[in-house]
Amino acid sequence: MDPDDVHAEGPAPLRLRIPEPVRAASPKDRYTRHLSPAGEMRKPALDEKVERVALMRKQLVRVLDDDGIAVGEWVPDLTPGQLRDGLRNMMTVRSYDARLLRAHRQGKISFYMQCLGEEAIACAQQRALLPGDMHFPTYRQQGLLISAGYPMLTMMHQVLSNELDPLKGRQLPVMYSSKEHGFFSISGNLATQYVQAVGWAMASALRGGTAIASAWIGEGASAESDFHAALLFASTYQAPVILNIVNNHWAISTPEDFARGASATFADRGFGFSIPALRVDGNDYLAVYAASQWAAERARANLGPTLIEWVTLRVGAHSTSDDPSAYRPSDHEDFPLGDPIDRLHGHLVAIGEWDDDRHAALSAEVDAQVSAAFDEADSHGSVKSGHISDPRTMFDDVYAVLPRHLLEQREQAAG
Amino acid sequence: MPSMTMIEAIRDAHLVAMERDNRVVVFGEDVGYFGGVFRCTQGLQARFGSHRCFDTPISEAGIVGVAVGMAAYGLRPCVEIQFADYVYPAYDQIVSEAARLRHRSAGDFTAPLVVRMPTGGGIYGGQTHSQSPEALFTHVAGLKTVVVSNPYDAKGLLLAAIEDDDPVIFLEPKRVYNGPFDGHHDRPIVPWSKHPLGEVPEGHYTIELGKARVHREGSEVTVLAYGTLVHVAQAAAEEQGIDAEIIDLRTLLPLDVDTIVESVVKTGRCLVVHEATLTSGFGAELSATVQERCFHHLEAPITRVCGYDTPYPHAHEWSYFPGPDRVGRAMREVVQA
Repeated sequence: MDPDDVHAEGPAPLRLRIPEPVRAASPKDRYTRHLSPAGEMRKPALDEKVERVALMRKQLVRVLDDDGIAVGEWVPDLTPGQLRDGLRNMMTVRSYDARLLRAHRQGKISFYMQCLGEEAIACAQQRALLPGDMHFPTYRQQGLLISAGYPMLTMMHQVLSNELDPLKGRQLPVMYSSKEHGFFSISGNLATQYVQAVGWAMASALRGGTAIASAWIGEGASAESDFHAALLFASTYQAPVILNIVNNHWAISTPEDFARGASATFADRGFGFSIPALRVDGNDYLAVYAASQWAAERARANLGPTLIEWVTLRVGAHSTSDDPSAYRPSDHEDFPLGDPIDRLHGHLVAIGEWDDDRHAALSAEVDAQVSAAFDEADSHGSVKSGHISDPRTMFDDVYAVLPRHLLEQREQAAG
Repeated sequence: MPSMTMIEAIRDAHLVAMERDNRVVVFGEDVGYFGGVFRCTQGLQARFGSHRCFDTPISEAGIVGVAVGMAAYGLRPCVEIQFADYVYPAYDQIVSEAARLRHRSAGDFTAPLVVRMPTGGGIYGGQTHSQSPEALFTHVAGLKTVVVSNPYDAKGLLLAAIEDDDPVIFLEPKRVYNGPFDGHHDRPIVPWSKHPLGEVPEGHYTIELGKARVHREGSEVTVLAYGTLVHVAQAAAEEQGIDAEIIDLRTLLPLDVDTIVESVVKTGRCLVVHEATLTSGFGAELSATVQERCFHHLEAPITRVCGYDTPYPHAHEWSYFPGPDRVGRAMREVVQA
């Protein structure tokens, strides 16, 4: 019934809520909702009742305090050497991103996506998993590959889509794939890989294997039905899988409010599926490692899936095709939870395992490595310079064996 | 040689495949304990255990999505979608994921899986239990699409599909599960036990994907058919007294172009029939293929008889279905043109 027809004495008209999150003013508070002090949250037993874990859904697991001291039950068992290695990984990712963004501005590549501010999530989780485990990543987990020792040069060949691109120019620049490094082929369609990760984990358990899977999704894509199918299958079959939601608060221009609905947090998604869910500071390398390890241990102990909401902020644009100044204020603080690199740096200094000179030296070393790798990759040309693989290779790998119609089309393409 | 219905032949193919290769896993809605609403997986769970054959939630996207992940792990999932009409929630997983995984990863990851589904009408299933969506799959690079018409082929083709290294869409016209239905819905059904193609060898055999079968040799007109329409075309030819050569395509993609061309060159005439809707149906691809390769041999225009471009109507099912009268009339026109 049209509201104009409702009589004054009739039932109250229905109202529709359209989320209208604050965009104009500095939205710092948006990014730090339900903040907990470092060290406050207790670490549940691996087999803690899901109802108990659910009580933590509006809190935030944090390990590093403002002085760079690791505090509380979640402090992980990492050596200074491992922490320095983690710092190097994150700095490499940041330098890698910066170099390729510059390459895009230089017109050398067609497209790029950086992960500025989100480096700790991928780098620290990779440390918590084992060789043989399989990540099903999105396009903002380049830190997984770099931390797994995948050659940066090969990544750059792909981003340049040159003749040495391991994916033969078939994929967008950042859609990497490396089974050897536990990195499943990135689709580019959102959420599809989430349920595949559950299937991969189910297969590992069906076969009596020991490997676990790690599923990745952004908070925006968690709106897709594949996300819900993944949680259900993971719950029903108790699949050995880590279900990561990277909440960087922005799905291109759309704030998290639309995908989250009226729930308080994305960690809330777990309880309805009886999946233990944590909410973790994604800019805290130690917290990311500790939570990932907890989830991995649960999976390896046949205790089923764990969902983790990583709270962070997409500092940069969605991609090189995006200009966030059109939809979010430019005066926001880049790292409302702190820069993950600065925080780990500060921690290492606080425990006497690092100093500014060593940091400057590492920074220069990392930049030099990235720069040298890029120069080497760039010397092989790019999609922009026309140095690409033979176009006839596009017919390969459509099927295991080239069928007749593709043979004919390949001949036609050869002209 | 034992006589089997198409349901029994499909069940037997599962059994042989699971016996030979412990990477083969079978799952879907009502597939495990109950054995499927059409009973194609009956007994598999009892025989192989619930780790090899199990029930799933009602989530087609979930079923195919986990199958892609399992296939990437190294298993050989053979999953059932309860009716082809329900496959659309899984379409993204089939089209964007299973079909393209090998290509986009340059062979690093592959998705050798089979998605089985009952198709077609004739059981008063209305809009939601009658569709024939084969063209939605043949249009997708990276998929193979099979449509079966009889028990012998069904077993050999399903075994080949499970052993194939690429994703295969396996369509089972439900109206021929229990007999070679020829479109005369008002007559008693002929069981497969009275048909030579109901004789199914025991044990393992495969039928190569991409190979058509000449169902009936003839000289006057080539009829390109698959699934239920193979039997409808045969009835139409016999009733019209036309010496038609009926080709059961069996695999739509890859298509057996050689068998098609050889026949049309011989007869000079071509009728294309399918139950799916006409416009942008697979018949359009067949017409174009014949025109491109046999133009100078054609003595009459290529004609299509297909489902009308309407949703499958419940009460008007037999007006919609391209039965022997419509097919026969068109066959006569092509021969006389």
